[in-house]
Amino acid sequence: MNPVEVEGLTRRFGDFTAVDGVTFRVRRGEIFGFLGPNGAGKTTTIKMLTGLLPPSEGTGRVAGLDVRAERDGIRERIGYMSQKFSLYADLTVHENIELFAGLYGVVGTRYEERRAWVLEMSELADAVDRLAGELPLGWKQRLALGCATLHEPSILFLDEPTSGVDPVARRRFWDLIAAMSEAGTTVFVSTHYMEEAEYCHRLALLNRGRLIALDTPRALRARTVDPIFRLETEDAPRAVQALVHAPGMVEAAMYGRDVHVTVENETTGVDTVRAALAGEGLSVASIERVEPSLEDVFTALVRAEGGAVVG
Amino acid sequence: MSGRAGGGGGPRLNPLRVRRMDAKEIRQLFRDPKTKRIIFAAPIIQLLAFGYAVNTDVRNVATAVVDHDRTAESRALVDAFTASGYFRVVERSDRPADLAEALDRGRAVVALEIPAGYAADLKARRSPAVQLLADGTNSNTATVAQGYAGEIVQAYGARLAAAAGGRRSGVELRTRAWFNPSLESRVYNVPAVIGVIVLMMCLMLTALGIVREREVGTLEQLLVSPLSPAELILGKTIPVAGIAVLQITLVTTVALLWFGIPITGSVPTLFVAAVLFILAGLSVGLWISTISATQQEAFLSMYLFILPAIILSGFLYPVHTMPDGFRYLTWLNPLRHFLDVVRAVFLKSAGFADVWVSIAILLAMAVAGLSFATRRFRAAL
Repeated sequence: MNPVEVEGLTRRFGDFTAVDGVTFRVRRGEIFGFLGPNGAGKTTTIKMLTGLLPPSEGTGRVAGLDVRAERDGIRERIGYMSQKFSLYADLTVHENIELFAGLYGVVGTRYEERRAWVLEMSELADAVDRLAGELPLGWKQRLALGCATLHEPSILFLDEPTSGVDPVARRRFWDLIAAMSEAGTTVFVSTHYMEEAEYCHRLALLNRGRLIALDTPRALRARTVDPIFRLETEDAPRAVQALVHAPGMVEAAMYGRDVHVTVENETTGVDTVRAALAGEGLSVASIERVEPSLEDVFTALVRAEGGAVVG
Repeated sequence: MSGRAGGGGGPRLNPLRVRRMDAKEIRQLFRDPKTKRIIFAAPIIQLLAFGYAVNTDVRNVATAVVDHDRTAESRALVDAFTASGYFRVVERSDRPADLAEALDRGRAVVALEIPAGYAADLKARRSPAVQLLADGTNSNTATVAQGYAGEIVQAYGARLAAAAGGRRSGVELRTRAWFNPSLESRVYNVPAVIGVIVLMMCLMLTALGIVREREVGTLEQLLVSPLSPAELILGKTIPVAGIAVLQITLVTTVALLWFGIPITGSVPTLFVAAVLFILAGLSVGLWISTISATQQEAFLSMYLFILPAIILSGFLYPVHTMPDGFRYLTWLNPLRHFLDVVRAVFLKSAGFADVWVSIAILLAMAVAGLSFATRRFRAAL
């Protein structure tokens, strides 16, 4: 039995289908990444799996229990952390831990142990009496993770847990996730930070409510996508303008100060790009073939599916 | 890992979870300066307002006098007015136009005009007529002042007649108010503040508390935990009920010790009614939380409920003077029944046997309200 098994899961809001016939399995102890643009259906899927939202169609089993009929059992076995900080800002660190320990029935010596573990893990031992709302965002996230794992859930659902957190705090957060996964916890995490996707064992790519790819990051990157070139030029925005409509081009986009351009044919690609830019009077400082990043793969997959809903 | 299988029927109640929710709720209520102000300032302001400011007693009514007669007898009549304590002469004039102006400008509420020949008429045993004009914009004061003026004039006439050796008129009406012999509005209003305060607290703290959690996202965090809807409801309502009981005690104590309003009836009866009334109020609060997405919406719904509830309760306007339709409507209003009990216990020495009908209605409302609200609440989660 896999910790999460989903078959044809669908959720409609009126005429809008937020999640459309999604099927996947999450293996024990893996970090399962859920990727997709805003509105792709990540949060809706997580809400169905955590019992916050009933599915319109399909089945979902979490820890072997049905998401419709056995929500109470699921709630005792999972931990959940949402993108919004959802602990009590007007309670102290200690009071938040005490409350959630109580709700999950963590009492006595187990409570003492778990509380010590949370404070150590989140490095909040010196801040127990501070109001949670006064903590920096990165600390809040660690506290929220701590409160979500007080009862040692076998499955952890994290819905964009690091949104808005600075890169250093984000890294530390992912180290904690990795440690929990190594200890046997199954982690189901959604994100829109591409570099975070690299921490995941497997990635599910979601677009317009549909699952468009599911594989390891390495296998996804190895997928044959159209060749991509990085070019340096003096006016990147104009270069993008010139390239998107030029023949033989699949896609051109700003990538930092550079331009990433996807061409149909690798051998003639460099010449086509140079020609198109020369037509606009732009010179090319350098141009080189780059390995597709996960983001490139993802962009290509979304494009093949007809684009994202937003952005 | 807790090994309990989930999915069982019936409401699950775990005392530990309810206790932890209550503790959290009380901490939050008393930590938030806004909530603290609501809890403590609201009863004090209402007590001051209804103990002092809202005074429906008629006393020291500003009176303008035009005396065309200017005799000892006419002055004696004016003195009879002022000596009563109900009237205070603010203007004297000999032009009738001044009376109209004093009423128009609001300088006087009542104007008394004594015609020339008043004393002569009295001596000749012809009944002289004096004119009393009252500002009817405040119908309550005008009516009461007219009544007082009539009595004064009658009594004065009777006294004169007796002095002149005549017989007293055969029938004399003497009215006496029972239960509130001094007819002080404070005695009537202050105990009733209990009902209004409790209703406000139950609605505001319950509805706003739940809706705020929904707004900031903490409700979602609670809902993915094993906390059951029944435990959540108890966690939210027990502290509010506790605060409401505390406030009833506070207001009752102030009514007794500060305003000197005695409780002549049964205090346990009052508290039984209070508990039922609190339960009814909590159900309304819970229900409002299910139909409000934001705190503003909750606030608005609250006022849409609380204003009619106060107006149709007999708090300010007596129920028996309402048109039939509205009078029947008051039967659906828990505040009306609670105020009946409060006033009966404070003023009429009532015990359980005297107010059991009101208490039975409150019980029915509490049971019906709670079962409806909890069902709506579960459905809305």
